[in-house]
Amino acid sequence: MAKKGDWVRIHNIVLRSEQRTGKLPDDTRASDLQMWTKGFLQDEAAEIGDEVTVLTAAGRLEKGTLFEERPHYTHSYGDFVPEIIEIDRQLREILHGGEK
Amino acid sequence: MAVNLPKDYDSVMARGNDIMKEALGLDYTPFESGSVAFDYEALMKSTNYTLDEINRIQSRTGVGNTPLLELRNITALARKYAKPGYGARIFVKDEAANASGSFKDRRAACACAHAKKLGYKGVVAATSGNYGAAVASQAAMQGLECIIVQECYDSKGIGQPEIVEKARKCEALGAEVIQLTVGPELFYTTLSVLEDTGFFNASLYSPFGISGIETLGYEIAMQCREKLGRDPDLVVCTNAGGGMLTGTARGLLKAGCKDTKVYAASIDLSGLSMASDVDFNRKSCTTGHTGFGVPYATDPDHSDVPRSAARPLRYMDKYVTVTQGEFLYMTEMLANLEGLERGPAGNTALTAAFSLAQEMPEDAILVVSETEYTGAGKHIQPQLAFARENGIDIHFGIPQEEDKPGVNIILPKDPSYIKHKVADLDHFRRSRIKKAVQKAGVALENLTPEDLQYLADETKTDIAFVKETLGL
Repeated sequence: MAKKGDWVRIHNIVLRSEQRTGKLPDDTRASDLQMWTKGFLQDEAAEIGDEVTVLTAAGRLEKGTLFEERPHYTHSYGDFVPEIIEIDRQLREILHGGEK
Repeated sequence: MAVNLPKDYDSVMARGNDIMKEALGLDYTPFESGSVAFDYEALMKSTNYTLDEINRIQSRTGVGNTPLLELRNITALARKYAKPGYGARIFVKDEAANASGSFKDRRAACACAHAKKLGYKGVVAATSGNYGAAVASQAAMQGLECIIVQECYDSKGIGQPEIVEKARKCEALGAEVIQLTVGPELFYTTLSVLEDTGFFNASLYSPFGISGIETLGYEIAMQCREKLGRDPDLVVCTNAGGGMLTGTARGLLKAGCKDTKVYAASIDLSGLSMASDVDFNRKSCTTGHTGFGVPYATDPDHSDVPRSAARPLRYMDKYVTVTQGEFLYMTEMLANLEGLERGPAGNTALTAAFSLAQEMPEDAILVVSETEYTGAGKHIQPQLAFARENGIDIHFGIPQEEDKPGVNIILPKDPSYIKHKVADLDHFRRSRIKKAVQKAGVALENLTPEDLQYLADETKTDIAFVKETLGL
């Protein structure tokens, strides 16, 4: 349950697939054009999925479906990639011939 | 601010020209001839900013005068694969040292200063790249609101890690980020936001933005003269929308570098559609690739301004490509041999430079025009991990023979397999000439002498080449 003033993320369908008329590949045309943004909740209280209004960082009022409360970043440096270690070893070997 | 206007797709797009004129504070019609030609130099002069003024704007906001670093270990490695006496000295302009971590600050500084001067309250930019952070940073410094519109997710809501990181950075710098799924209708959302807010369109392709990059070329010239006593022989620019190459080349010319060659380098993404929802997350670079580089070079005027100020074919001496596996390998090389951990896509030109240097004598000077910041998501490890999660085959091999964008990433099995390919520049030039005539809807028999000269200037060719291309 989010309450007024909470920082939240909202979701919107900008264009439904049938409204997409431009020159598009089939896979894109078959999908809705979706949008996400963040802001301070303006409604007294809301649950995920409710239609709400937010005040964004740039001072815009935007309507949408409540998508996430207290949104946070989850991107990272990813899983271990053994090839990277191999590149490092190879480069130093070639450049310095094993001696440093 | 528009009140009670219909906001559906067709209505907003129909008002597009008026919205853009309001949002740029610039009328492009005086530059049009009514035929194919338009007066590019008059458009660039219309900004009324001299190189000195731009330098003043940029130095007030932590932009420009970045170090020119010699890559001694990479040069030594390249020489191991060159014939005796060959292997140019490789230098890189460390543009990651700009306030928000890329050369895009040069564009954003001027766009924001201009918005401020004209009295706009905020700026909007449509970009999934470093330009977002640059505009957000400059808007913060110059006291403007900022909205960045990004193409970030596929239809399942899976974000490209690099673009997700760029969104984080924009938000950290105080901007609102509107994130969209794949599709060119991003332009509709951008127009709609510009109309509602009355903010300035800090387009990547405005003359203010492109003039801002001229200082980069100028600094390269001055630093080479100071450090090395002469002009660079070759400057290699990573090419996507064409702004980097256009601005850098113009700056070099303003510094009087008449003999310096300027090459474009892009990552070859042949076979992947830039508008495809599925292909979106099957690539490991979000810029610097042929998916932007070729269409923007051959048809610059399909951006968010009536006429793009980025027109790279006017300045390009050669167009070379490298593969995804090569630029990822090269990024690791820059970190591991030179101690410079810098973002991946900006190293496209460096990848080409490693191979190009081997064709140049040892005393030649080759400058790579940029680096960019790196971070979570925007780094080769998350890119390779993400590719593997998406079923992309990653292995060591021969990139020039095995590379299939969207299917595999071929890491060169040793540095001798980093080899640029030369693209057919004359083919792109012909394509530019034909598209310009077709777009203007002018019959061949009605082309004016001014049109022919314009098309020659557009493609760095001559009237004979233009005539031959058009069958005249």
